[in-house]
Amino acid sequence: MRLELTRRYALAASHRLHSPHLDDAENERIYGKCNNPYGHGHNYVVEVTVTGEIDTATGMIAHLGDLDSYVAREIIEPFDHMYLNKDVEAFRDRVPTTENFCMEIFERLKRFPGARLVRIRLEETGRNSFEYAGQRNGDEHD
Amino acid sequence: MVYVTRKIEFSAAHRYHNPAFSDEENRRIFGKCNNANGHGHNYVLEVTVGGETDPATGMVLDLKELKEILEREIMNRMDHRFLNYEVPELANQIPTCENIAALIWKLLMPKIKKGRLTRVRLWESSDLYVDCYGDGAA
Repeated sequence: MRLELTRRYALAASHRLHSPHLDDAENERIYGKCNNPYGHGHNYVVEVTVTGEIDTATGMIAHLGDLDSYVAREIIEPFDHMYLNKDVEAFRDRVPTTENFCMEIFERLKRFPGARLVRIRLEETGRNSFEYAGQRNGDEHD
Repeated sequence: MVYVTRKIEFSAAHRYHNPAFSDEENRRIFGKCNNANGHGHNYVLEVTVGGETDPATGMVLDLKELKEILEREIMNRMDHRFLNYEVPELANQIPTCENIAALIWKLLMPKIKKGRLTRVRLWESSDLYVDCYGDGAA
């Protein structure tokens, strides 16, 4: 029986889309409002999907308390109420688009010991969401 | 291939308790979910059936028929029930979202004759759900 468990977490953060590889005019043309020099924020929703066998003693694929504390440590604490561009090392040299943010979250959670991470789905707003399931060439759990 | 999804909602009580563990272990592992008198959820179930459309009707399956199957197999068994005590298939399992979703798959699989049951998604709350794909691929 193939089962996947998905847990949703909320976090609020600000970001600014600005690429050092582009000049100011191009940044403004490409990113529009998202290029505002002071940044802006979102209520992100992170969906974490894991899979594995059900442990018959607990009836669970992954102990929710373990998953919650792992996500709290790896994702919520470093990102919630932060300015991604300045407060997160990984985005000092990388544009914090929600694509990149989604991949960063996957990388931080892929070693969760309690179950196998399948994918991350990240909602930037109620209208935009992004999904990442690792590289498909088999190195996603290196 | 086209996929049709029908959503229903049922309310039920459950309790997580493994008699093989001591009371203290049960409390440590299951936390609040171990409360002796149980607690409940408004479960939301999304059932997805995939198939080709019948050229005569334009449908994969008759949704009315699916509605009746869900009423008979799921609502009558689980709605406003205490899952541990009133659903015999769950009597010797911990009625987690995983085990309930797997049971729903087993109950629905033989009843859906047109199209193929593709996915059972069971929401326990707005921040937790389980998808069951049977033995098929995602």
